[in-house]
Amino acid sequence: MNPILKRLAIATSAIALLAAAPEALAFCGFFVAKGDAKLFNEASKVVMVRDGNRTVLTMVNDFQGDARDFAMVVPSPTVLQREQIHVTENAIVDHLDAYSAPRLVEYFDPDPCQSIVMMERMKTLGAASPIDSLADGRRDKALGVTVEAQYLVGEYDILILSATESDGLTTWLTENGYTIPDGAADVLGSYIKQGMKFFVAKVNLEAHAKQGGGVLRPLQIAFESPKFMLPIRLGMVNSKGSQDLLLYTLTRNGRVETANYRTVRMPTDAEVPVMTKDRFSDTYKALYGHSVGKQGGAAVMMEYAWDMGWCDPCAADPLSADELRELGVFWVNPANSGGNFAPQGGSNVFVTRLHARYDAQSFPEDLRLVETGDRENFQGRYILRHAFTGEMACEAGEQYRQSLPQRYEQEAQTLASLTGWNVNQIRSDMKEYGTDPGEAPQPRPWWKSIWKQ
Amino acid sequence: MSRPLIAQLQRDPRHGQIAAVGMLALAGTIWFGFEMPWWRPVAALAGALATQWIASRMVRLPFDWRSPTITALSLTLLLRTQTWELAVLAAAIAISSKFLLRVGGRHIWNPAALAIVLVTGLRPDAWVSTGQWGVGGWIAVFAVGAGLLVTRRAGRAGVPFMFLAAWAMLSLARAAWLGDPWAVPLHQLGSGALLVFAFFMISDPMTQPWHRGARAAWIVAVAALGFWMQHSWLVTAGPLWGLALLAPMVPLLDRFFPAPRKIWVASRLPELNSLPDQKGATA
Repeated sequence: MNPILKRLAIATSAIALLAAAPEALAFCGFFVAKGDAKLFNEASKVVMVRDGNRTVLTMVNDFQGDARDFAMVVPSPTVLQREQIHVTENAIVDHLDAYSAPRLVEYFDPDPCQSIVMMERMKTLGAASPIDSLADGRRDKALGVTVEAQYLVGEYDILILSATESDGLTTWLTENGYTIPDGAADVLGSYIKQGMKFFVAKVNLEAHAKQGGGVLRPLQIAFESPKFMLPIRLGMVNSKGSQDLLLYTLTRNGRVETANYRTVRMPTDAEVPVMTKDRFSDTYKALYGHSVGKQGGAAVMMEYAWDMGWCDPCAADPLSADELRELGVFWVNPANSGGNFAPQGGSNVFVTRLHARYDAQSFPEDLRLVETGDRENFQGRYILRHAFTGEMACEAGEQYRQSLPQRYEQEAQTLASLTGWNVNQIRSDMKEYGTDPGEAPQPRPWWKSIWKQ
Repeated sequence: MSRPLIAQLQRDPRHGQIAAVGMLALAGTIWFGFEMPWWRPVAALAGALATQWIASRMVRLPFDWRSPTITALSLTLLLRTQTWELAVLAAAIAISSKFLLRVGGRHIWNPAALAIVLVTGLRPDAWVSTGQWGVGGWIAVFAVGAGLLVTRRAGRAGVPFMFLAAWAMLSLARAAWLGDPWAVPLHQLGSGALLVFAFFMISDPMTQPWHRGARAAWIVAVAALGFWMQHSWLVTAGPLWGLALLAPMVPLLDRFFPAPRKIWVASRLPELNSLPDQKGATA
């Protein structure tokens, strides 16, 4: 039975009880600094596993600075027990990121003079993480109560706080030497009234040193809440400009979309100039910025939605059952025990990659999410078609050669419309790259393909 | 088109309703990038018209295509399903509820609202995409909605506005209590899905209380329940649930607050989704 109906069944018999049910919310905290340490809150990455009311959140820590300056305040639905908090490895999230990243595919034209059509060769490129983010600016101002519990989890000291008013929480944090961003107190006040608890994660220097120091690992929390949402408002007080959020959801039935913002698919399957190969990261940044701009900024872009059982082409292998369990996909059986396939033939894990660029103006509300029944696969895929450059001594070859400028021109136009770049600049870059939209390429002298030099 | 035909089309306000909802679906597909596979409207229309035809024969009433068409278009607009079979099933539930679930000579539930709540509640492969309208598309929705109101000539034009006013008050009050900036409730109020609900669902006169005061109280209650569900449980389409859950109150309210029922036929106002010979409405 669907959880909503289940709750309704309860509702009809015990309305009073439901009125008292706690309002629960999920994560997304903000960093607080000691002193005026420089913090860079880059693209945040969050993995969200959700089935029924069960939620597991993995928050990647992109903190770049001295570990002793690090502290993060995260709203949580309930007072968390020690076993509900966990630390995992960055590599798993990196793997999920690579698996779901926008990709370039390459095709090589066959020799037009060969009568047999050659098979297309395809190669995929794993895209580098295509996120840019604006450096944040922060004003320090004090925030903070009762420490309900304190745990050491991995390299983190976790303090579970309960607050009845934002002033109290603010004071507590301040008295304990934390500085909090401007505007955080108002958002904290709103969350407190919604019945939320908070926890502060700090780095335990001794435990961190035992780990061998280095990059902080992602923090995970598991909880049960009817609300399927991601609080982003606290994250916004960290940053003056817009921020990037990559949300990877792992669900059982189908892709996830936002209920209070539009979810828009990224343009895909476009043929772009071959030179894009060397600058895919920049191209994708521009493409993303332009696409989100077309939606007036207030849209969440869907970059990937796929059955976790496979991929085509694969930017990286699908995650293993063990990796999925580590991320909190509790319904997947551990490796070698089988049974991870849905009756329809796919696997029972569906991944959605949502990319939001948010600021307080275009995203005033937290992200409310909904799992849909849509299992249609989608990927951001950009195509490079390499022209045949060998010797062509036939009529068809000559026609092919003459047709290339038109195709290059089309690619230039496509790239310009996807990225908003100046088409003349693209044309001139393409000319430099040897794919001139203005003139057919000269036949390649026969001796050029003898020696590789 | 000849003049008599236009006059004939204008006489039944349901034609205006069909045009408005149809235009909205078309505009959504063309401008707002709704994902609209061809089978969705086809399955909804086929399911609704077939059920209406069968049910009409069973109760020996003449077949009327208008009411099931409106229901099918509303389903197309709001309900998303993974398969066409489910779209057909939803349409069949909607239309059959009109014939089966009746009190006092009229049906209890708005057919589309009931079908959406049941199908999305029971099946994981059916859902309501409230976010697809964005917050800019609402202008178009509003324009079409307003056009619809003109078509419907006075009567219960106030219903959508009353619902929206109640919703707005709740949003603003919640924001004031939480200390949220005004941008938060304003963003919530800009939801296109909310406007679609106000103009095309709760405005259905056949499933509202007859008595003016009772009607106002009922509308406010639908808004309050929907609002509570949307915010405390994050139910995607709170207003739809509010409407479906409070629909059984309408026959009770009609009983305790009697009011004349003739108004609809006398002024030729729409009997949305109504049976062709609404005896209850003329009683």
